[in-house]
Amino acid sequence: MRSLLFIVARSLRQHLLSTIITVISAGLASGLVMSVFTVSEQSRTAFTGGDIGYDAVLGAKGSQLQLVLNTVFHLETSPGNIPWSLYQEVKGRGDVRYAIPYALGDNLYGYRIVGTTREIFDVFEFQNGEKFRFQGDGQPFDEGFQEAVLGSVVAEKLGLKRGDTFRPYHGLQYMPGSAPHQELYKITGVLEPTNTANDGVIWIPIEGIFRMDGHKLAGGTEEVERGAAIPDEWKEVSAVMLKYSSPIRGKFMQDEIRRGDSATLAWPIASVLGTFFLKIGWITKVLVYVAYLVVVVAGFGLLASIYNTMNERRREFAILRALGARKQTVFSAIVLEASAIALLGSLLGYLIYGGILFGSAMIIREQTGVVLDVTSVHPSLLWTPLGMVVVGALAGVIPAIKAYSTDVARTLA
Amino acid sequence: MPLLELRDVRRAFRSPDGEDQLILDVPSFEVEGGQQVAIAGTSGSGKTTFLNIIAGLLAPTSGDVVWDGDVVSGMGEAKRDAWRARELGYVFQTFNLLGGYTALENVTLGMMFGPGPDRAFATSLLERLGLADRLRHRPAQLSIGQQQRVALARALANRPRLVLADEPTGNLDPRFALEALGLLRELCREQGAALICVSHDPRVLDDFGDALDFAVLNRAMAEEPQGS
Repeated sequence: MRSLLFIVARSLRQHLLSTIITVISAGLASGLVMSVFTVSEQSRTAFTGGDIGYDAVLGAKGSQLQLVLNTVFHLETSPGNIPWSLYQEVKGRGDVRYAIPYALGDNLYGYRIVGTTREIFDVFEFQNGEKFRFQGDGQPFDEGFQEAVLGSVVAEKLGLKRGDTFRPYHGLQYMPGSAPHQELYKITGVLEPTNTANDGVIWIPIEGIFRMDGHKLAGGTEEVERGAAIPDEWKEVSAVMLKYSSPIRGKFMQDEIRRGDSATLAWPIASVLGTFFLKIGWITKVLVYVAYLVVVVAGFGLLASIYNTMNERRREFAILRALGARKQTVFSAIVLEASAIALLGSLLGYLIYGGILFGSAMIIREQTGVVLDVTSVHPSLLWTPLGMVVVGALAGVIPAIKAYSTDVARTLA
Repeated sequence: MPLLELRDVRRAFRSPDGEDQLILDVPSFEVEGGQQVAIAGTSGSGKTTFLNIIAGLLAPTSGDVVWDGDVVSGMGEAKRDAWRARELGYVFQTFNLLGGYTALENVTLGMMFGPGPDRAFATSLLERLGLADRLRHRPAQLSIGQQQRVALARALANRPRLVLADEPTGNLDPRFALEALGLLRELCREQGAALICVSHDPRVLDDFGDALDFAVLNRAMAEEPQGS
């Protein structure tokens, strides 16, 4: 065994350049496979597995998935509005712990502005009993004023802080060159990071959305005069975020909502998202197949790399045989060398995996606010390197057979 | 009992036109333990084939190579490899050092297949051969004479009972040829190893004094000289 390791180590050193290139190729393949499995698994878990503070979302008639993506993850467009009266109706139910209205339609440089009530700060628990906390001496907005509270990512990316002001832009997407609304909002506080999609949101009083210049209210085209009360029948909300006294209550409400024809209740939220991941599961499959293909290509690269050196090394093997090395020793040396390259590649693969994972986690966090658990260990972290070593060993078999069958006397002649 | 004995050893090769050509036909050849034998032969006379058959690198078409009473050609391949590593040292005409290994590694590598690596002994051998400051040099960084001495050290590193030397001075400057040969013979004597040295170099043959004529030893040559 010692002689084998000695021969392999010297050979790797002797063919250093091709060793390095092949190790990098194996590392990329290994890292890619581990990343695809981990990122897809972690994304699914992060989007569907955690407590998000709501049991259900009530919104306009349409897709439950669109409703959830729009309100929980602040992605997608709004499916429409529901009347204020429906919000008040569900809020008054005994089985509802809290019902928080969302009114959407504006943004600040792409970050969504959500009109809501102070309940978002007072009663909403974004995760396992945790409420929003303010950075420094920040305060919730006053519902009677044009005030705003910023999620941590918004404040960081836009460089805004308490006391700063801004004018919202119309629409959920920022259109460069478009004119902002007339209203000037003052920031009363910045929230502590929550590692949820809420970090990318700007919260303002829901009245602010109703009164924003250019916004048309239900039942009339006129805008509300400053200081005048808005009739309830003119008000609409994009969605109502619901927390029940018991999550199962969503089932009863869903049956009731289904009997009507004006609204949709997305419940349970995890199940709605689970369906989404099932629908896009083929993307993961394609990525996995591509990753496997990269492994196969790396395997062939390894084979070609070793095979190409066989002619120059045939004499080396003949000398080893003449010195007393057994045929099996020479065969094993080649297979072990290929396996060692694959193993080194797998170790490099962990670094590449780490890079891809952190990069992906950062992008997903920036785009959705959702945080992947980068410390989670997926089984692919074990079987991918093992699989890579097996591929490496197999790639070494053909050159090893060639070495095995070297005619010593003729080669040394 | 002789250390090495060849009994009616023949070796034929198939020519491109499909006919078997007899290259080697040695009815009898013996070497005693510690004996030093020189064999004189011209290039292409089958001397290397003769040595390869003794070393078990080439199987005879017929006949037996007998080592200390055991038929070498009757051993299994693995057993023969182990025997070669343990009992034989081989100095090739072109040295056949491994380019990726240092001088010391070239010597210790051969030991790994035999009794096991002994860096101290390998180092002492190289020092004895005047290579104390060349231990970590690779063959390409050594002169031809130095490479030859590394090859000698490698052949003797396992304390073999028989050393085969194929034209050991063939690539050497005349100034160093006899010096290398002297070292080889001296070290073989010290270790009690027998030596078979085939050469066409008159200086080598003169040094031994009573060289065997390969043309006499190999009856195939009497019929038609063949290349090996």
